[in-house]
Amino acid sequence: MLAQKLKNEWFGNIRGDVLAGIVVALALIPEAIAFSIIAGLDPMVGLYASFCIAIVIAFVGGRPGMISAATGAMALLMVTLVADHGLEYLLAATILTGVLQILFGVFKLASFMKFIPRSVMIGFVNALAILIFMAQIEHFVNETWMMYALVALTLAIIYILPKFTKAVPSTLVAIIVVTAIAIMMNVGVRTVGDMGALPTTLPMFALPNIPFAWETLMIILPYSLALAIVGLLESLLTASIVDDMTDTESNKNKESRGQGIANVIAGCFGGMAGCAMIGQSVINVKSGGRGRLSCLVAGVVLIILILALGNVVSLIPMAALAGVMIMVSISTFDWSSLTNIHKFPRTDAVVMVVTVGTVVYTHDLSKGVLAGVVLSAIFFAWKISKVKVERVFSIDKTEVTYYVKGQLFFASVTDFLERINYNDNVQKVIIDVSQAHLWDDSAVGAIDKIEGKFELRHITVEIRGLNEESSSLMDKIGGLSKASGH
Amino acid sequence: MFSNILLAIDGSDHSRRAAKKAIEMGKLLGDASIEVLYIVDGSKSKSDVLQFGDSDSASRKRREMLQPFETMIKSAGLTLKTSILHGAPAETIIKHANEGSYDCLVLGSRGLSTVQTMILGSVSHKVMKYVKAPVLMVK
Repeated sequence: MLAQKLKNEWFGNIRGDVLAGIVVALALIPEAIAFSIIAGLDPMVGLYASFCIAIVIAFVGGRPGMISAATGAMALLMVTLVADHGLEYLLAATILTGVLQILFGVFKLASFMKFIPRSVMIGFVNALAILIFMAQIEHFVNETWMMYALVALTLAIIYILPKFTKAVPSTLVAIIVVTAIAIMMNVGVRTVGDMGALPTTLPMFALPNIPFAWETLMIILPYSLALAIVGLLESLLTASIVDDMTDTESNKNKESRGQGIANVIAGCFGGMAGCAMIGQSVINVKSGGRGRLSCLVAGVVLIILILALGNVVSLIPMAALAGVMIMVSISTFDWSSLTNIHKFPRTDAVVMVVTVGTVVYTHDLSKGVLAGVVLSAIFFAWKISKVKVERVFSIDKTEVTYYVKGQLFFASVTDFLERINYNDNVQKVIIDVSQAHLWDDSAVGAIDKIEGKFELRHITVEIRGLNEESSSLMDKIGGLSKASGH
Repeated sequence: MFSNILLAIDGSDHSRRAAKKAIEMGKLLGDASIEVLYIVDGSKSKSDVLQFGDSDSASRKRREMLQPFETMIKSAGLTLKTSILHGAPAETIIKHANEGSYDCLVLGSRGLSTVQTMILGSVSHKVMKYVKAPVLMVK
């Protein structure tokens, strides 16, 4: 049974997986280089990362057909760590990221992702696209018109060529054509080779060269935490997209574990932290990739191409790379969220905009997600904190009944207490909570307060219609209070 | 005549008009069957999963979206079948249409301008060209 499943995941679609894997490898190379440059690293680091992560995830991932490698979201999170402390600390942070993600998977925390509202996810994706785009702008600083012309040409080929043929990936054609033009015309634009070293050997195992001290951990922990969360966020989102595209299911906890293992290994072999890639996974599935084989092929072909053609790759002009990255940012952006924003509930739209705004301002995706989640929680509390209280007198005016409708908790009790009139000239007050729910200490406290105040005026109070959960809460918290007596 | 109709829709107003035409055709025979075909492509998967959370809820939303079409067909007294397939729209429609035996394929045209068609590509144009059964394109 299990062997059959494994066989199917690996060899159920050999031709489709190999072809798609090659297409993905070709698309991965420019991205891995560009993401390394965004992080302020040698292209080598992103290429080693993509190689290690793709190969490891092929074996241990929970979503066959999904592509993982060095990504923009992760690269953007490590910029300050690399600038302040250098590569070795990044490698250590990458290993720690992996460990955190493995813990996430082992303790089955993937379900905690449901606490991240969809509007935050949309904001996350859009912010990522904007950041990738903004990272390209610096390549235009102090450049001649030639740079603009080459970027325009790259984009033109990428978008127009597929109208005529889909046999070859248009990104690859664009890179080859623009590189050829730059070499032949000797235009003197900056190239990938100018940005740093490319790999000349397979990656070697080496633990990061850092002092094993408390201070080191304190430096890398915040980065690792952000990397672990953002990595899982994008990976699980991508897994859901691949689930949907292929109409199959995946194991999210296994995927979390797999992402962790892949990052630990990447860090040990000189690669930066990575995660699943939405764009590449979509390309893979569209090109016919369904199984684990496609991700393995992508990783192997990538390193073979780099080792064999390293000299040529270093001649690729930055203009071509910037063009590819602009295309990546355009396809990452969720354009349907722009056209549908007026259909969203107003608060969801605000959450999305705040998420994007926070990320663009702080250049930190994890802060944007945090801001979005907190704001959503506030909106939620605000929305459900509206309690309805109705005051009804008995015919002989000796009794008054308050019918309470809604959720009683810390945010709603003030509102609730204001509706109670302590000056009514009655003998008995009934608080009917059969349509309300008591959630916390504040709610129990509010009931106590009402009883106390009326009792000062010698008016009896009866609480009516407590539901089971609410009354057990009253018993637990208000053990000694008057309210528990009822 | 038209006893087995394939109706390719994308949920737009154009496909609503296409559905009306398909029903008119089906009624000619009285007991024709209409198969509603909806294609989910890669970018649709991405935006739906983003908007609805996961694959399951995205699928549920799609079925909800198709419901008015299904009601229209059922209340016209015709036999209904629904297929939701994943892939590139034109290619998937062509493959599905050519694998089954349909008397006619009905689809709506988005009515894009020349420039839009050049950039976005025309699904209906490809479908017209490669589907073997007669195709009715509703504008």
